[in-house]
Amino acid sequence: MSKKILIADDEQNIVISIEFLLRREGFDVQVAGDGEEALAKVRGEKPDLVLLDVMMPKMNGFDVCQAVRADPDLSDTRILMLTAKGRDTEVSKGLGLGADGYMTKPFSTKELLAEVRKLLGM
Amino acid sequence: MKPTRKLIVALVFAGLFVLLVVGATAALMLASEAEAHGAARTPEERIVSLLVLAMAACAVAGWGVVRLHALYVAAPLRMAEELTAAVAHSGLRLAAYDSRELQALGQAANQLLAVREALQSDVAERVRDARASLEEERGRLAALMADLSQSVVVCNLDGRVLLYNQRAKQELSAGADGSNADLLGLGRSIYTVFDRALIEHALERLQQASREQTGAESKKLIGSAQFVTATRAGRLLRAHMSPVLGGDAAHSAQVGALSVTGFVLVLDDVTGSNERHARRDALIQSLIEGGRGPLGSIRAAAEMLSDFSDMPPQQRDRFLDAIRDEAKTLSARFENAAAAFSNDLRERWLLEEILGAELVEVAARRIGERRANESRPLAVKTETVDDDLWLRVDSFGLLQALRYLALRLQDEYEVREVRLSLIRAGQLAQFDLSWLGTFMNNETAMSWLQEPMIIGSESSPLSVIEVMERCNGDIWFQRERVSHRAFFRTILPACEAPTDLPRAIVAADEGDRPEFYDFDLFLWSSSGHELDDRPLAELSYTIFDTETTGLQPSEGDEIIQIGATRIVNRRLLKHECFDQLIDPRRELSRESIGIHGITPELLVGQPAIDSVLPAFHAFCADTVLVGHNAAFDMRFLQLKEKQTGIRFEQPVLDTLLLSAVLHPNQSSHRLEAIAERLGVSVFGRHTALGDAMVTGEVFLKMLPLLAEKGITTLRQAREASQRTYHARLKY
Repeated sequence: MSKKILIADDEQNIVISIEFLLRREGFDVQVAGDGEEALAKVRGEKPDLVLLDVMMPKMNGFDVCQAVRADPDLSDTRILMLTAKGRDTEVSKGLGLGADGYMTKPFSTKELLAEVRKLLGM
Repeated sequence: MKPTRKLIVALVFAGLFVLLVVGATAALMLASEAEAHGAARTPEERIVSLLVLAMAACAVAGWGVVRLHALYVAAPLRMAEELTAAVAHSGLRLAAYDSRELQALGQAANQLLAVREALQSDVAERVRDARASLEEERGRLAALMADLSQSVVVCNLDGRVLLYNQRAKQELSAGADGSNADLLGLGRSIYTVFDRALIEHALERLQQASREQTGAESKKLIGSAQFVTATRAGRLLRAHMSPVLGGDAAHSAQVGALSVTGFVLVLDDVTGSNERHARRDALIQSLIEGGRGPLGSIRAAAEMLSDFSDMPPQQRDRFLDAIRDEAKTLSARFENAAAAFSNDLRERWLLEEILGAELVEVAARRIGERRANESRPLAVKTETVDDDLWLRVDSFGLLQALRYLALRLQDEYEVREVRLSLIRAGQLAQFDLSWLGTFMNNETAMSWLQEPMIIGSESSPLSVIEVMERCNGDIWFQRERVSHRAFFRTILPACEAPTDLPRAIVAADEGDRPEFYDFDLFLWSSSGHELDDRPLAELSYTIFDTETTGLQPSEGDEIIQIGATRIVNRRLLKHECFDQLIDPRRELSRESIGIHGITPELLVGQPAIDSVLPAFHAFCADTVLVGHNAAFDMRFLQLKEKQTGIRFEQPVLDTLLLSAVLHPNQSSHRLEAIAERLGVSVFGRHTALGDAMVTGEVFLKMLPLLAEKGITTLRQAREASQRTYHARLKY
């Protein structure tokens, strides 16, 4: 069974690329356009990995991350945070709140793929 | 008339008077005898003669008593009155008196009055002089302060303004609407201009930074504090606060061994420069942060297009659209950034460097402060604290935030104890405020961080989040289920330790004037009098001493240390020192090491005499050299003249010879012995600088003693020295 990945980002233009890439690599890809939708899909779909953008409407990535980590049922979910700010305090905060990895935009799609594989233990 | 003769005369008079009375009585008795023999007198006649006699006796006695009363009772009383008047009004003198005794007493009293008046006028003159000099100093200070481009305000510890300059007046007095609200004035409270809590916080930091260092090098460290604040007129000021030290003033606070009587605020208007910085920063920020998203999309799309060229045209178009779209967004961002350059942005607050451990200490104290109506203050425990971590923060705001969070925990969740820890995490510092047991939910924590900080009577329009943003940091709430701990974690950028550490001032005796500042220097005439004829008290001196490899300069012994200090205006400038070890390029004898304690290892890598002497020569320029047994040291210096080309042609005074001039009958003129005689405490001896210091103190004590002997000029001192026996010793 292929691994399930949720992309949570409100920027459609980056989503299409990541979605296309991950589908081509054979992953089961879901997309969420804001924080609340992301959290709902994490609970409903139980993805193996969430690519979580920090700046999202309704609920930001940090809050989603914290909510996921607060739920014992979701303890297997890997979280890779994506940020467009790239301040190191932000990185530290994300990791402090339980994210498994962190990538700062702009990133190379190859690196993203490598990071995704690493987190999924592939 | 002599008092004894007066006594004799008085006795004779008294005898005569008694004789007269006895004689008269006898005459009366003879008369009554004669009457019995017939020559009859009537009783009337007898009574008349008796009366005449009695009246005559009374008159004589009365005259005597009145005379004596006038001389010895009335006159002293009159004198007492005159004296009382003279005591009250200077210039009055006692009148002449008939009696010689009182005359003498009066003269003595008049002399006393004259002496008193002379003294009074002398004191008055001194006071006048002192006041004139003070006025002059004040005038200079005022001129100096008026010229400063910064505002200066001096306050006592109560915040009362003692002194300010015109610029401070202009800057701080302006009201919110630009009108002159006249808030700053002598004797008024600085707290009408600045927030009291802000000043108190700065004072606290000042005290933290000021301390006394004991040990081998005892010195006092005077800290300073900085903060940034806004005036009522909306200007942004950076304030630099330093303490005013006072000796025994009544209203002073003890900080270590320093007594602080007030503080000086130097204020810089940083509104302009700050705005420029803020605008530039915002531009860069918007370009970096705003550019990342679009660039990320463009890059990903481009990589897809090149990596998967086999994609269907529909898909290709979607990627091309994304690239076009994001490129447009990016262009718009550049336009906005450029436009933002002309807009005013949020003020950027200046941050100050603070040692992390110090911040934790102050935070612990601030959080644990007992509030009004509070029986038990919140307990604060300090856990791991990294001692070398420096932070760049708005410490006032940060402490306010920590206290606010801790007190809300106490009030709303009945937390009894909080813990503080500070550790380094790479380039960041991680500051945790943690507690055990009671948890709140994330929403509550978030609202605490986002609401304006209001706790009891203390309030701030800012939220914790805003304070953290101002510090370029971030804060969040987190809990650890396993350990039952919850914490607010603050991440702050760590910074380098500032190079501008508290400046050291010299450990002058308490009450000494600080040596950085001496208006008496203005009284100097710089005209080139021949040094020889100038008063000793006016000259500048370099007091020096050397340590050497041995006692035989002519047999190859060398200087291994030169220490020197200066005397200017009769004050030993302990902070203007010369202290240098010198590589002698030869072995040290064991005996000499025993004396000066300088081991060969200490001299490795030290400069040679060739490069030290020019520096020492420059240090001595335009001064008179003073040394103890200076001939010995001078001999070493003179032997180097050829080699180094440096000649010490300054006049030289020797405290050993001067001691012989002052106390020719003393057997010892060793430095210790002289120091003991003159009441100079000896410490740090047998280092060149330590000995130079003692010699300097000794020399200062000698100056008034020499003056008593009529030796007041350099010429006189040198001539007197040459006449002493010791001067004939040669090295």
